[in-house]
Parts: sequence; C-alpha cells; structure tokens
Amino acid sequence: MKHLLSVLVRNHYGVLSHVSGLFTRRGYNIDSLSVGETDNPEYSIITMVVNEEPKMVRQIEKQLYKLVDVIKIEDLTQKESLQRELVVLTVETNRANRQEILALVEVFKGIIVDMTDSAVMIEMSSNPRRIETFIKVFSEYNIMQIARTGTIALEFPSGRSRKENSKESK
Amino acid sequence: MAKEKKNNTKNENVPEKTGAKIVIDTLLENGVKDCFGYPGGAILRVYDTIFHTSELKHYLVRHEQGAVHAAEGYARATGKLGVLITTSGPGATNIMTGLADAKMDSTPILAITGQVGTYEIGTDAFQEVDTYGMTIPITKYNALLKSPDDAARVTKEAIAVALSGRPGPSLIDFPKDVQNGLSSNYKDVKMRIPAFHVEKPEISGSVDEIINAINRSAKPVLYVGGGAVISNASRNIIELAEKAQIPVVSTLTGLGAFPGDHKLSLGMLGMHGTAYANKAVMECDFILSLGARFDDRVATNTEDFAKNAIKAQIDIDSAEIEKRVNVDFFISGDLNDVLQKINPQIESVSKSPWAEHVQKLKIAHPLAFDEGGSEIKPQQLIYELWKKTKGEAVIVTDVGQHQMWTAQFYPVKHPRQFICSSGLGTMGYGLPAAIGAKVGVPDKDVILISGDGSIQMNIQELGTAKMYNIPVKIILFNNGYLGMVRQWQELFFEERYSHSTMSGNPDFIKLAAAYDIPGKTIVSKKEIEEGLSFLLSSKGPCLLEVSIPWEEKVFPMIPAGRNYENMIEYEHKKDKGSLVSIIPHNPQK
Ligand SMILES: Cc1ncc(C[n+]2csc(CCOP(=O)(O)OP(=O)(O)O)c2C)c(N)n1
Ligand SMILES: [Mg+2]
Repeated sequence: MKHLLSVLVRNHYGVLSHVSGLFTRRGYNIDSLSVGETDNPEYSIITMVVNEEPKMVRQIEKQLYKLVDVIKIEDLTQKESLQRELVVLTVETNRANRQEILALVEVFKGIIVDMTDSAVMIEMSSNPRRIETFIKVFSEYNIMQIARTGTIALEFPSGRSRKENSKESK
Repeated sequence: MAKEKKNNTKNENVPEKTGAKIVIDTLLENGVKDCFGYPGGAILRVYDTIFHTSELKHYLVRHEQGAVHAAEGYARATGKLGVLITTSGPGATNIMTGLADAKMDSTPILAITGQVGTYEIGTDAFQEVDTYGMTIPITKYNALLKSPDDAARVTKEAIAVALSGRPGPSLIDFPKDVQNGLSSNYKDVKMRIPAFHVEKPEISGSVDEIINAINRSAKPVLYVGGGAVISNASRNIIELAEKAQIPVVSTLTGLGAFPGDHKLSLGMLGMHGTAYANKAVMECDFILSLGARFDDRVATNTEDFAKNAIKAQIDIDSAEIEKRVNVDFFISGDLNDVLQKINPQIESVSKSPWAEHVQKLKIAHPLAFDEGGSEIKPQQLIYELWKKTKGEAVIVTDVGQHQMWTAQFYPVKHPRQFICSSGLGTMGYGLPAAIGAKVGVPDKDVILISGDGSIQMNIQELGTAKMYNIPVKIILFNNGYLGMVRQWQELFFEERYSHSTMSGNPDFIKLAAAYDIPGKTIVSKKEIEEGLSFLLSSKGPCLLEVSIPWEEKVFPMIPAGRNYENMIEYEHKKDKGSLVSIIPHNPQK
C-alpha cells in the first residue's frame, strides 16, 4: 500500500544522504521522493511515497525519527491532503494528429509551453493518479522526452480544523 | 600556503582559539580524560593541541582499529564516552569496523578524524576519503566540521547524541584548515538538534497492562538485554525478579545486569544459551523483554519464539519495538524509570512453583562436556578462573567458541563486567577492548579471553599494553583452528574443513616475549592451577596460552533459523571420558 510521508528536516548538506541511506540500508521500497526548502531556509520538507505494509511504515517512521536531523514526520495518507506532481513531456506531432493532441491537452488542462511543426512540449500538474492517466494517454503517441517530479503534499487546513473540532467535542 | 577558515562572528571580549583547541576544550568540559589514537598529516594541529593539554591522557595504539575498540572497551567498562582520534584517509577507513561495532552494541564513542582542507575536498587530495558519506549508516551522529565557529556546537552535539537515549558512535570529520582556523564562538553555544534527540523520552505505552500481566502470569520470565546495563537498571531488575519470583534469562550484552550467581538466574538464552534458560523460555506463559531486541541469535525463529507466551517489551528505542517479533504490550522509555514505576505495583510472591520447577530444570539439564583425558577442557578452565577470581574480574572476550564458553561458564555478577563484540561479532575486538577497559577501570582485574584466530587480528596492540604498562591478563585458547567456523563445518558441512585451520600460528609465548611480556603455556589439567596463579599474580600485562583439543565444541546449540525444540544439549562420546556437568548459575551454598 502506498503511504505519503511528509518529513520536516534540518536543512543541511547531509540530510538527503541520511534519509535515502536509511531506505537502501533497510531495503524499504520508495516510489518517489522530493525535497524543497520551507519558508524558513533552515528547514526542508521531504515528501515521500513509500510502498509498504502499514506495520513497515510505522517502522520506517521510527527509524526516520532516529536521524538527528529529523524534526517531525506526518503521515498524510489517512489525512485529507492536496497532492501534486508535475510532468513535462515532448510529443512528436504531424499534420494529421496535431489537432487531436491539442484537444487532449485541453481535456487534461495541460499547458502548451513550446511547439514546432513536428513536436509539442506539454506541462501538466495534477494529483498522481491523473498524471498516470495523462502519461498513459500520451503514450499512444511518440513521447520524445519526459520529466516528472515526485509527489508533494499538504494537509488541507479545512480538514485539519474539522478534525480538531471533533477532538474537542469528545 | 594553506588558506584558513575565518570566523564570521567575532566576539571582542572572548579570546580567539583554534578549531582544534575548541574541540579539545569542549571534550575536557564534558569530562573526557582519556583518549586513544594515531596521528597523521591531516590531524597534526589536534595532536599539537594535545601536546599542550596535560589534562587529556592520550594512548598511542598500533593500528587505528585498536583505537576504536579501545574506546569501546573503555565506554563499556565505565559507561562514559570513549574517545578516539585518527588522521584522514586510511586512518579513517581503519576505524569503520569499530564504528559499526559500536552502533550494533549501542556503545557511546566519539571519533575525531582528520580531513583534507575544505578547499581540497572533492579533489581526490592526498589521503582524502569521504569519511562523512562512508560513516552515515554506522554512526548515530556524524558531521563534517566546516568552520571553527561550529566547533563547540558540533562537539557538544556529538557528545550528547552519543551518550543519550540508546547510545552509539558519533564522528566529527575535521578538515585541516578548520583545525587551524580561529574563532571566539565557543562560550555557551547551543546545540541545534531538536531536543527530543538528546533528552530522556517520556514513558509511554501499556504500563498497567504489563503490571497486570506480571501479576497474573503463572510462569513468567524476564529477558534482559544490553539496555538493562545501559540504563543502570540492575537494582530494580533484582527487586522485580525477587518480589515476583521471576526467573531471569539474559542476552550476551545483558550479562551481569542480573547477578549470574543469583538463584533466579538462568544465564544466557538463545543459540548457545543454557538448556535451562531455553527450556524456561519454551515453557513460560509470559516473557518481558527489558532492553533486549529479539535478535536472530535469541529469537532464532521469530514465529516459534516463546510460542505460548504473552510477550511484552520495554525499550528506550521505540524502533526496537516489534522490529522482529510481535509483542502484545510495550512501553517505550528509560528502563530504570519504567521499573521504578512498575515495581511498587507488583504483588509479592513468597513461594512460586514455577521458580522451583525452573531450579529443577537446571539440575536436569546442566551445562555439560566430556571430561577427556589429561588435556585441558576450556569450560573447566573458565569455571576454575571464575572460582579463583570469585566471579569478580572484568571479563573481555574475542569472538568464537571461547567467547561462548566464557559467557556460559563465567557467570558475571555485575553490569559492565562482561565486555565483548556481540552484535557485529568482530574478531580482533578483544585485546584493544581489554586495554581500553583497563584504562577505564584501573582498580579492577581485567582478563581477556581470546582465541588463536582472533588475537592475531589485533596482536600488535601488545605494544600498546607494554608501552603504557596496562596490565591486561590474557588467556589465549589455542585450538589451532578458527574453532567456531570449524564447528559449523563439522556439523553442517560434513566435516569439510575449508580454510579453518590456523597452521602457521606463531609461537605466542615468543611473540609476547618479543614485546617483553611474560607468557606461559599450559597443556594438561594438572597445570590449570599453576597457570591461573601465574596469570593472576602477574603485575603487568601477561599471556597464558592454554592448549585445548581442536575438536571441542560449544553446546548447547540451536542451529541458525531453527526453533528451540531443535536444541542440541551436548554430545557425549563414551571414549572421551565421563560427562562433566556444571551448573554455574546456581548459588554455591
Ligand atoms: C572479523 C571477523 N572475520 C570473520 C569472522 C567469522 N568467525 C567467527 S568465529 C571465527 C573463528 C574464531 O577463531 P578463534 O579466535 O581462534 O576462536 P575459537 O572459535 O577457535 O575459540 C570466525 C572466523 C568474524 N566473526 N569476524
Ligand atoms: Mg581458535
């Protein structure tokens, strides 16, 4: 099962090695990992999608907590959160299929960022599932190049306040 | 000329110091008095600082691996931080085994390694290796010190992390220019790591459930591990065991946390544990782990381990909870604190049929070996040593059969009295660790029990023992074999002894003599008394070589991965004399 972990870490040169090292060393399966600074440059957020059983995910969390740079871990899997990935791809086009491709881009609310008479470059940002579908649809054509980020995620403020309210009412 | 790192936060009122001096002074402020090490080009400024620092006693080893194991032995014997210093490149790679060893056995040490200048890092400079990158998986804390302004903070963090919670190794990689660079930023500096990494965690988990389970169970067992030694929980473990009449089994690292000669002690459990410990675990209805981790030498088979028992676990490292074996209840927190909370609520038991049954298990299933002819049996010699030293010597071992015989036949009484490489099983650990232990506890007898294979892995440290006249007493069991390997080949590879003989062994007595260390060899039973007298009465370092039969094996044995029902108790060959039975874990009354 896929789990989405958001890990707040101290931002310094060795952090990513420590975190990724933990995954290789203990043989945990990781689907994606993305890192970025927070508003405070002293901290970064590492968002990762881990494909493991819940018991193993608890073990991963505990092992992560033992790394001195780790400050906080949130499992966003069970929470209401916004999840986003970005994919950029270049598809070969010709006179015959160009209209069809542009229509599909429209359907997926993608953005055409560049175009020549033989290719289009498309950018699309969405939840991981729609990104999968998008890529599958476009693989009918000749994808010349593709780049894709990992998932980033953030808990909805409305989801959080709902839960806190219900906690208080207990 | 080498560029030097300039400080950015100049404090006018505080005199500047070099990075090297800041690190050494921070060690002193934290109570460090001894260190082990080996100099080289990338650590010269630190060594120059040590030259001027008489409060810090430095021991020059003969190989950096010796320094790291000595630091481990020191830490294990004292509970304090063990410190070692090496140069960059080969100096740093030579300590990898010891760092991994300290990580496995939760031993608090701090390694300071020299590094090429920051301006050279990444250029494959002379004696440059990525020490930081290489030590990530084998340290609890590591840092590449990039500025003298960070020297005090990083040193404080490294010390605090090594000693806190579940202890472990820290490493500071210290570039040349940062050692030389000046800074006045060393007074009252604050650590930058989140507090929960260095503070005692709060107690959380099923406290009431565990109290109830203890009070309700008819056949409980306490399973004591290294965490019990680390958290100084001995007194409370004794109280709990006595109050509720609970038999106690121990892991290799836990030995001594509960007195081995206590009536309720069953000695070590697991692969080479006593039959009575293992049988008690098979029969119990409740097992409580106290700072132990259900590792594969204990829970040889995770499904079948203590199959019929309710299982509970107390550990300061919550990642140990349910890592291998599922438990019914757990508490995370410092063991001693937890026991303080639990003990008052335990009902006193005056007479326990279970405890009496377990005493009968001891008598029915003692440790046993063939008496043999005139040759010396290692088990017997160790048991004689135990009697002669009244079970009070600090025992250090290497790795192999001799280690297991010692764990079985020398039931230590106190925590920090039994020191060996347990989790990593590092041959060559013994001699330097014994040196470190003796430096740490100079008033106690420190006896190393080693094998002909293991001792040759760090034999050069005889030079260190001699140079500083560190009186480690060495018993060397010479069976001419990598005995433990040979035993497995005999039992599981149809006696194909592939590369496990040690023909080509030196004359160990001559070797010791070359270091001006007195030695003696004994070969027959009647010499045991004389040999031990020689060993125990020697003032400086000394070596007693004990020639033992090559075919002697360690029993009981549970083959790897099998369950406790598959335990082989002993092998009795009628032509090898009658069976000698010993129950070391019985009060001599
Ligand atoms: C560094 C290292 N290499 C290999 C081993 C595997 N090993 C475990 S015990 C052993 C034999 C030890 O021989 P010796 O020190 O003579 O002890 P004995 O078993 O004969 O008592 C070996 C090779 C190890 N534990 N450590
Ligand atoms: Mg041997």
